[in-house]
Amino acid sequence: MRLQGRSICPGRAGGEALVTHMPISFYGGVDPESGVVVEPGHELEGLSLAGRVLVFPSGKGSTVGSYVIYRLKRAGLAPAAIVNAECEPITAVGCIIAEIPCVDHIPLDRLHTGQRLVVDGEAGSVEIVQQQEKDPT
Amino acid sequence: MELTPEEQAMLAGEGGPATRKAMQILVALGTIYGAQRMVPVTSVQVSGVSYDNLGQAGLEFLTEMATGGGRARALATLNPAGVDVEEPQPLGIGDPFLTNQRRVLEAYTRMGILSTCTCTPYLVGNLPHFGESIAWAESSAVCMANAVLGARTNREGGPGALAAALTGRTPAYGYHLDEAREPTLTVLVRARLAGTSDFGALGKVIGEHLARRPERPVPYIRGPESASLEELKSLCASVATYGSVALFHIEGITPEADCMTPPKETLTIGPEDLARARSALSDAAPGEVDFVNLGCPHLSLREIAHLADLLRGRRVRKEFWITTARPTKQMAERMGYAQTITASGAKFAVDTCCVVAPIRGRFTGLATDSAKACAYARARHGLKTRLLPFEAVVEEALR
Repeated sequence: MRLQGRSICPGRAGGEALVTHMPISFYGGVDPESGVVVEPGHELEGLSLAGRVLVFPSGKGSTVGSYVIYRLKRAGLAPAAIVNAECEPITAVGCIIAEIPCVDHIPLDRLHTGQRLVVDGEAGSVEIVQQQEKDPT
Repeated sequence: MELTPEEQAMLAGEGGPATRKAMQILVALGTIYGAQRMVPVTSVQVSGVSYDNLGQAGLEFLTEMATGGGRARALATLNPAGVDVEEPQPLGIGDPFLTNQRRVLEAYTRMGILSTCTCTPYLVGNLPHFGESIAWAESSAVCMANAVLGARTNREGGPGALAAALTGRTPAYGYHLDEAREPTLTVLVRARLAGTSDFGALGKVIGEHLARRPERPVPYIRGPESASLEELKSLCASVATYGSVALFHIEGITPEADCMTPPKETLTIGPEDLARARSALSDAAPGEVDFVNLGCPHLSLREIAHLADLLRGRRVRKEFWITTARPTKQMAERMGYAQTITASGAKFAVDTCCVVAPIRGRFTGLATDSAKACAYARARHGLKTRLLPFEAVVEEALR
């Protein structure tokens, strides 16, 4: 299944979805040394963003967050791609300077952690290549 | 967005990788904010200069852009750095910070961006005219450009401003368009204002009111009969700090006010509101002040001349930083003001300021005439503050 949104940053990448319905502050909310979410009480607290297709509604916080995204990329700890409901400048600029494909205007309720996704930043689309493995419960 | 052939060529990489990345940033920002096209810009003020803000990642990004052939296509100047890069010793800031800071400036210089290192570009040769489209970062300067000069800019972030410098473009939305510049709230000031600290307190009251309103009204201020350049820069810095305000009009003072109608809805500000703002920024007991600063935003020559008069033949007893732009200090040296000030024991901190210098943990309480400096001293450096009139700040340093 293919979801059509809007192009924010070109490039094509795939990976396992990591989905949250909470906004993310890259500056202060993500540890640039480890790529792990450290914001207390965040749904993704303790989880690594590295190599995942990170799905969240919108960014928040300081504009220094753009450089945190760049730093994660340099360290090999960045998400493979980013999908937003509504992208804002911190995430957009971070994706462009770090060369991470990014799309927005995607209905996030169709996406779940564990799905395999391919993001086409140029076309502004997200393809669900494989639904998540069946929950053993 | 509709791009011209030249803009499309930049996006396709014909101007090299740095120009391509810059155009990608502008297209993304334009997409997010619903711009239909780009507008050419003739003047840029770039933030993201202090290594304390940029860190290693920011330095690497700037180096990549310089190496990737980035070259300024508009007059572009820089915000303050984290240290006086020519005379760092008196400020107690050394390596590795100093070396990293110099690398940041080197990357900008390679791109043809002028290392003015000041938040008052309009005092050192970057002075856009009425109606000119520009792309400025540095919130106090944004407000000066929009409100006082009548130029047109949004509140750019560091990378957005850099991208504008390297392409000579910015997306046409927000304050570039006529409709966003119309005032939507009258602010009636029923109090006498004297000096920079009063105008800063007023900025805090207005800014905090506007920050609570999601529709972000543009204020039309009535009441002040006059305002000096220095009072206006203090007001701009404060209203931007406390309310992210990018534009206001003052009846009889700022250039667009005359052709605008005062909005019906009115917020009235009285002396008690200003007193509350002053007191909220004065939690340091007199004995707790061990750091004194004038120059947020950077001091003008008129302020430095006045300061020299106040310090002549006297001796300061606290760490006292005079933050200003290097060209301003050079003129102060020619006039003998700088020598008088230095002889008192006060220190010039050129290229930098108390907002972006790495001073956390060194001091307990700051005395200043700047409401903006108070906000950053508290939030960023963990200091208590005292907001005082300019002359009283000098007295505090002498005490």
